[in-house]
Amino acid sequence: MTATDTTDTTLRTVTLNVNGQTLHQQVEPRTLLAYALRDAGLKGTHVGCDTSSCGCCVVLLDGDTPAKSCTMFAVQAEGHQITTVEGLGGPGNLHPLQQAFWDQHGLQCGYCTPGMLMTAKAMLEHNPDPTDQEVREFLSGNLCRCTGYNNIVKAVQQAARVMRDEAQAQALAGMVPGTDPSTGTAGGGAQ
Amino acid sequence: MFPAAFDYIRAHSAEEALAALAQHGAEARILAGGQSLIPAMRLRLARPAVLVDLGGVKDLGYLREEGGDLRVGAMTRDVTLERDANVRARYSLLTDTGAVIADPVVRCLGTVVGSLCHGDPSGDWGAAALASRAVMVARSASGERLIPIDEFLVDSFQTSLEEGELAVEVRFPTPDGRTHGSYQKIERKVGDYATAAAAVQITLGDDGRVTHAGVALTAAGPRPVRVDAAEKLLLGQLLTEDVIRAASEEARIVSDPFADTRGSVEYKKDMARVLVARGLRASAARLGTGVTA
Amino acid sequence: MSIETDATNNAGPQTLTMGKGMKRKEDPRFLTGNGNYVDDMRLPGMLYMAIVHSPYPHANIKGIDKAAALAVPGVKAVITGEDLVAASLAWLPTFHGFDKQMVLAVGKVLFQHQEVAAVFAETREAARDAAELVDVDYEPLDPVISPFDSMKDEVILRDDREDKTNHIYHWDSGDRDGTQAALDDSEVVVTERIYAPRCHPAPLEPCGCVAQFDAMGRLHFWVTSQAPHVYRTAISLVTGIPEDKIRVISPDIGGGFGNKVPVYPGYVCAIVGALILKTPVKWIETRTENLTTTGFARDYHMDVTIGAKKDGTVTALKVKTVADHGAFDAAADPSKYPAGMFGVVTGSYQFPVAFAELDAYFTNKAPGGVAYRCSFRVTEASYAIERGMDILAQKLTMDPAELRRKNFVRKDQFPYDSALGFTYDSGDYEGTMDKALNQIGYAELRREQAEKRARGEYMGIGISTFTEVVGAGPSKHFDILGIKMFDSAEIRIHPTGTGIIRTGTKSQGQGHETTWAQIVAEELGLDPQNLLVEEGDTDTAPYGLGTYASRSTPVAGAALALAARRVREKARKVAAHLLEAAAEDIEWVDHKFQVMGAPSRSVTMKEVAFAAYTNPGEGNEPGLEASLYYDPPNMTFPHGAYIAVVDVDAETGEVKVRRFLAIDDCGTVINPMIVEGQVHGGLTEGFAIAFMQEIPYDEQGNNMAPNFMEYLIPTSVEAPVWETGSTVTPSPHHPIGAKGVGESPNVGSPAAFVNAVMDALAPLGVTHIDMPLTREKVWRAIRDAQAAAASD
Repeated sequence: MTATDTTDTTLRTVTLNVNGQTLHQQVEPRTLLAYALRDAGLKGTHVGCDTSSCGCCVVLLDGDTPAKSCTMFAVQAEGHQITTVEGLGGPGNLHPLQQAFWDQHGLQCGYCTPGMLMTAKAMLEHNPDPTDQEVREFLSGNLCRCTGYNNIVKAVQQAARVMRDEAQAQALAGMVPGTDPSTGTAGGGAQ
Repeated sequence: MFPAAFDYIRAHSAEEALAALAQHGAEARILAGGQSLIPAMRLRLARPAVLVDLGGVKDLGYLREEGGDLRVGAMTRDVTLERDANVRARYSLLTDTGAVIADPVVRCLGTVVGSLCHGDPSGDWGAAALASRAVMVARSASGERLIPIDEFLVDSFQTSLEEGELAVEVRFPTPDGRTHGSYQKIERKVGDYATAAAAVQITLGDDGRVTHAGVALTAAGPRPVRVDAAEKLLLGQLLTEDVIRAASEEARIVSDPFADTRGSVEYKKDMARVLVARGLRASAARLGTGVTA
Repeated sequence: MSIETDATNNAGPQTLTMGKGMKRKEDPRFLTGNGNYVDDMRLPGMLYMAIVHSPYPHANIKGIDKAAALAVPGVKAVITGEDLVAASLAWLPTFHGFDKQMVLAVGKVLFQHQEVAAVFAETREAARDAAELVDVDYEPLDPVISPFDSMKDEVILRDDREDKTNHIYHWDSGDRDGTQAALDDSEVVVTERIYAPRCHPAPLEPCGCVAQFDAMGRLHFWVTSQAPHVYRTAISLVTGIPEDKIRVISPDIGGGFGNKVPVYPGYVCAIVGALILKTPVKWIETRTENLTTTGFARDYHMDVTIGAKKDGTVTALKVKTVADHGAFDAAADPSKYPAGMFGVVTGSYQFPVAFAELDAYFTNKAPGGVAYRCSFRVTEASYAIERGMDILAQKLTMDPAELRRKNFVRKDQFPYDSALGFTYDSGDYEGTMDKALNQIGYAELRREQAEKRARGEYMGIGISTFTEVVGAGPSKHFDILGIKMFDSAEIRIHPTGTGIIRTGTKSQGQGHETTWAQIVAEELGLDPQNLLVEEGDTDTAPYGLGTYASRSTPVAGAALALAARRVREKARKVAAHLLEAAAEDIEWVDHKFQVMGAPSRSVTMKEVAFAAYTNPGEGNEPGLEASLYYDPPNMTFPHGAYIAVVDVDAETGEVKVRRFLAIDDCGTVINPMIVEGQVHGGLTEGFAIAFMQEIPYDEQGNNMAPNFMEYLIPTSVEAPVWETGSTVTPSPHHPIGAKGVGESPNVGSPAAFVNAVMDALAPLGVTHIDMPLTREKVWRAIRDAQAAAASD
């Protein structure tokens, strides 16, 4: 084969761009992205099933596409910008979604939370002002056993409000020459 | 669970993919969105020796109207149709279908063409393609051929693609202003396969009579099932409750599901009837005529 | 329920939060990917374990060939049941105390997916590859799937047991003859076989462990356990490793719901692997392993008979149950209660006489019988009586709310001795139901229903007014493996007025790090933000029985409050020294010490804490800490009134839950935000049990729900919007009056859902459909009733 990259079943190095950092990870072609990320120390991405049902493993591809990282091989992820929950915000600089899940008691055991946050982030990229029903529909690929979802919906709506306000504040700040629209807002993610 | 080992080839063009298929023959499987294949591989129900990944074939990720059809490339994700304003406005059957496949995250990676090539009789795109009379485009070293969807869907997990062929596109005829459809699905929860589902698309003439009808069922046989008798019965008719009742009864008769945890044969057959009737009513409502009294 | 949250979270040192919705202290780590679950453990040289499972439900094992598996690159060892026999580790005692369970199959397999061999390899993938290649020669046998077949003893499933019968035990409670006599004399008798289907707790984090022996030969065992101390003792008893040479660490747990109470064969295999290979071993279940081998719940076939007068006054209750325990009796009930707390089956009602009996049988199904979000078989009991009361109401054509009102234990009758021997601590059943009826607009809903019925539409209203029994339990009655079911607390206050709290329980999402701090903060006048809560490490936490059966707040919560009061007593002496007064003249008012009659002379606990280390006073013991083991004097009895409103699509059988209101009375509320969250979660699980969750087996013994494609967990689309509320009837015997709440919504809600659907179908004469109420079951009931009506 001259025109394609071929691999065999021995370990090979993939280069993954995760949360703005470049990772070189040893994988087999069959290594699922979720495990490649976890083996790289990004343990916030969880695995809860074998059938692409639970969504605990959702990460973002290229900023706005949620992907079940247990249903994708690490080798497929080369060339994509990957965001995991660690890239959303840390304990000292929570993203509005993280803050809202905390405020609204949108988590209990925490196992589904990273995937839920990433799916919610992807939704708000495309639909910044969703109805409750739209939130429920977009999150329906992410299972939660603890919360019954009510508070998750509330949390996403709180975050959506905060993010809309931030966007508006940025837009207004941008109208004034000489000011940097990237400052003066709270929260914000790594992207 | 972890898949069995395989060789991985990332193609950067359709030609590279075809070359890889030529080299590895029946051992190779195409990996598009992977949302059906990878779960099957994780459970080791599928164990391809070679995966040819179309993820790098950027020029197959298109969605455009051309030549009277909506053309959907092999790497076009379900979500692309879901979010396309033109599709939402005019392709009501496809819009309905796209909203109930798997779950929203899976739809962000899953592809329309990949789903049709997977050939799962419980997959939702098959019936929608039948009802809208779609055509597949297959490319091989010797060129392209068009395959009507009825010929493409052969059996459970089996299509008429030949060894060395790559499905590069599906074409859905563009509905005119007098055409609408509906996809009705009963699922136990989001993410489940259909217990029963029906795809319906109808065109009305100026006199309110049906000029074209597409009626097809999901999970009602070894492959998606066209309800010929219902289509024939609808042609030339006004959409009255009597006509709807008769057409939907044909769906019940032709439906040939297997019993499983989703339901008995009897229940699934009756739901084929109920859902075709609902689909016809929904289509009539979308056409602005409603059911004729 | 409106909840006051502390949105700023900048609580000052004297900002107390008891009864307020303080945001959870544990959340920032979960929200940022910094949780620490078992699968997050990575140790140098760690191997991965995979298990080989039987495809047959019943088969002899003629031989096992490991050669192909051992040839897979990276594979270090394969062990089988025969290997474990040699090490005397082939069998594991179950917590129940009546039985033992095979670790790896010896001689025969007794259920589909039973553990047959364990493989240890350098990678997860290699372990799985090798597991596929372990060649087991099975001789299939006919399986026995139904307990009604099993009870005939035509095939004896457990030839390892002395008693050659499939009957495991008989249990009964109450007055057999008196109950029968009362039923014979009753003006009305209803009877129904009600099945509580086999289901599974299925927490999102599967079970798993990491086993490591350190250089000194001490076992460090990270495991998904709801009861780490009991695990330590059990591991010591099974393996013979001295208990001091075992450290069990239960880190963050991704949900338990009863699934993570028993000790599973995989844990024993991982420990054996770490021992023989002298390197750490990790085992994380697949979802299929979780659903097919670990503790299932329910599987009770209950014949419920209620006698009553024509006016609705109940006269007697009889329940006869056949329990399917699967291949091993791996239920996790207290030793003296093989049927758990099933005796609470008289519910919220004044039955003058009652009798309950149960017979348990082996079948070729997975073992278990765990308390799935339930205090030991209370869900089954509650479902039986709440369903039974509605069947009686239907028979009498009485409003189900009025039937309940007529029979409630009245507020002034507590403490109330039930016909089956429980002493209910407190409650206000009628008040709680009335609040629910008013809040949901019951009368208006009944009017709407009448209109809809006239139009041929199916709308239903279902009520459940359940009573739970939680907080196991008083030592004279309750033990597991002989260990009394107390719990414990240790509180250590640092010189600067901060501190650390440890208990014998283990949160799996319930928010102990927050509520425990709130309890101690309230008792000591300290800032809950600076009270660190630590659980789950047996090297540091005091011995306790763990978190399940809603026992944490009733037992460990009481231990904490009393331990805090011990700290306070100690602090009082230091305060007396600081205030230059006699200790008996110091009183605790408004969260500080003051001299009796001289409020201006006061010191805070923070000041006292500093003094306890720097200036404790002559004769006072330095330092400020206390520990306490709490033996509860009684169980607690939370209760609630739930109302479901449903619409049924007669064409498809689809049920839409339009509204659901839960009024819970769990006594004193520590953190209403957390209580509401628990209620939401439990209701969602109850909804799932009512409508979609089941582990069915086909006639060949195949498990038909081995993954999340078939074992259905509701998503945000199916889950209803929950309405909640509360009444507060404190427990008289709990130090802060709390009763526990985590399981009430799961115990009380299934009956409300089913009652609502039956109410919708009542005009058709349908009285009962077994859960889960799938579309097809509802469709069939409607169709059959319509056909019967047409042929009349």
